[in-house]
Amino acid sequence: MDTSIIRFENVSQIYDGAGPVLNDVSFELEKGKFYTLLGPSGCGKTTILRLIAGFITPTKGDVYIEGKKVNNIPANERQVNTVFQDYALFPHLNVFENVAFGLRIKKLKKAEVERRVKEALEFVNLKGYENREISEMSGGQRQRVAIARAIVNDPEVILLDEPLSALDLKLRTEMQYELRELQQRLGKTFIFVTHDQEEALAMSDEIFVMKAGEIQQSGTPMDIYDEPINRFVADFIGESNIVAGEMIEDYRVRFANKEFECVDQGLNPNEQVEIVIRPEDLEITSVSQGKMAVTVDTQLFRGVHFEISTIDEVGNEWLVHSTKKAEVGSLIGLDFDPEAIHVMRLNESEEAFDARLESYGAEADEK
Amino acid sequence: MKSKGARSFYLIPYYIWIALFVIAPIALVVYYSFFDLQGNLTLENYQNFFSSVYLRLTLSSFWYAFLVTFFSILIAYPTAYWLTKTKHKQLWLLLIIIPSWINLLLKTYAFIGIFGLYGPANKFLAAIGIGEQQILFTDFSFIFVSVYIFIPFMILPIFNSLDKLNPALMDASRDLGASSWMTFRKVIFPLTINGVKSGVQAVFIPALSLFVITRLIAGNKVITLGTAIEQQFLVTQNWGMGSTIAVFLILFMIIIMMLTGQREKGGSANGKTK
Ligand SMILES: Nc1ncnc2c1ncn2[C@@H]1O[C@H](COP(=O)(O)OP(=O)(O)O)[C@@H](O)[C@H]1O
Ligand SMILES: [Mg+2]
Repeated sequence: MDTSIIRFENVSQIYDGAGPVLNDVSFELEKGKFYTLLGPSGCGKTTILRLIAGFITPTKGDVYIEGKKVNNIPANERQVNTVFQDYALFPHLNVFENVAFGLRIKKLKKAEVERRVKEALEFVNLKGYENREISEMSGGQRQRVAIARAIVNDPEVILLDEPLSALDLKLRTEMQYELRELQQRLGKTFIFVTHDQEEALAMSDEIFVMKAGEIQQSGTPMDIYDEPINRFVADFIGESNIVAGEMIEDYRVRFANKEFECVDQGLNPNEQVEIVIRPEDLEITSVSQGKMAVTVDTQLFRGVHFEISTIDEVGNEWLVHSTKKAEVGSLIGLDFDPEAIHVMRLNESEEAFDARLESYGAEADEK
Repeated sequence: MKSKGARSFYLIPYYIWIALFVIAPIALVVYYSFFDLQGNLTLENYQNFFSSVYLRLTLSSFWYAFLVTFFSILIAYPTAYWLTKTKHKQLWLLLIIIPSWINLLLKTYAFIGIFGLYGPANKFLAAIGIGEQQILFTDFSFIFVSVYIFIPFMILPIFNSLDKLNPALMDASRDLGASSWMTFRKVIFPLTINGVKSGVQAVFIPALSLFVITRLIAGNKVITLGTAIEQQFLVTQNWGMGSTIAVFLILFMIIIMMLTGQREKGGSANGKTK
């Protein structure tokens, strides 16, 4: 059985006059998964959703849904429903009629419409709100109506454009759980757009990190967090320490004026690289036991951990997340595993990056 | 306290205006409607209004006003829709509004020239082989010119309501499977109905009492309530009957205002609740 549901082939989108909003984007999505498009505002996330929904046609390239090219199929004939950024609920219709809109268009029987709308509203915990006006619903409730209006049509794909960005933090976290659970219960493909990396990491099966109309990296949240392809991704996904370094030979890397053992290989000798170490992978220890000696600059208590900013002898800043307290101004040692060092080549393409990671895996299996 | 006093002070010119130019004339009209030609107090005028002559006149007046309004909507709605989609919409809108600043009489006279036997309209008809036609003094020319005069007042409120419409709602409708026509019927039109109602108020009510166009363009073949009032006052000198017709005209206006009144049904963009 073919598991592919959506495919972009070299899609570019250019609005009149300006430069490309999407630049030669290709990807493939599988059925039944929770995908997230993550990237800063203006990078083209909404544009991708609009291409899938059919509100715009690609300037270049092709969009496929279930193996069928859909460039010229209008939005109303696509098996895709959208939860819009501002919900776009119809203000002249009540909750019931908003949810029933798609079913009425399909001219379903009255009893059938009633049954399915009730079911969808129950699904999003809005039982009993049928006769409310949209203006009488709170932000969180409107968002649920918007979701019900999409799922009631039983589409193969549901597109969600920053649906949680208007909600307050507590409600947002709650809705993250609910959305994820909803997707698993329905078993449909969700394509979720956000500029919030924590949200993306928490909810997705797979994340696409975007920048300026291009997909920088795709992979599971763990993959992307642990093995960012470049400085942008490393920076965008969580906090990280990024410093310049040099690959001496396989498994040996030099940064902060010292040589370290690492797990990366297959790079050119003496190649200039960037080194990423996550703050939680750095451990505070005594100067003698540490691999690196640093001076504590500032310290913030963050609840679960201390956020300690330190500076090494060549002036690199190292952010440390630690449950242990440090003395501001004191000299301390930092310890870390060879696996904690992540080496990034400059300007590496995603294919080359994946191939390189792949080879590490093969290497490890051989050992 | 002080500010309240000051506010009512500033309201004095407004009250004077209302008293002098709204209440007094209506009171006078109502007063005169109870007198016959000889100056006797009577209800005869009201009796006369319900005679077949005046009923037919009222009916015909409504019919023409309806036609004018109908064709205005038919032209104004697509125009307004197209306007919201164009790049320089404010400029286009201005071009459509400008003619409404020109004196009605002037525009009407222009049409006498255009539609006259030797005017450009007939020259055109002759050129394409249809031959010269009597255009002036027909129902067609009356409706045409009236629609031309009123159309900016129909376009403006419809344009405003269309322009305020959230475009995501149309996307949402398409997304849920609605064709363009369904989207228009189920989303766009219901959400801009208030604009249409304002337009109807601005067109239908004045169209009931047109009299310059009826005389100059329709050659008095079309008689509206407006023409009738003018005739009673200026030709027949029957102020009583003229006033009675005016009283009914005012009543009709009030009824139309009520029928096209704007009911807020959570439909406003600002999400006001009842
Ligand atoms: N209809 C349009 N015409 C011109 N430019 C547009 C249009 N829609 C979006 N853009 C531009 O495309 C870029 C990407 O937009 P969008 O996909 O909405 O970004 P995101 O959703 O990631 O914030 C932005 O710079 C935006 O200004
Ligand atoms: Mg967006």
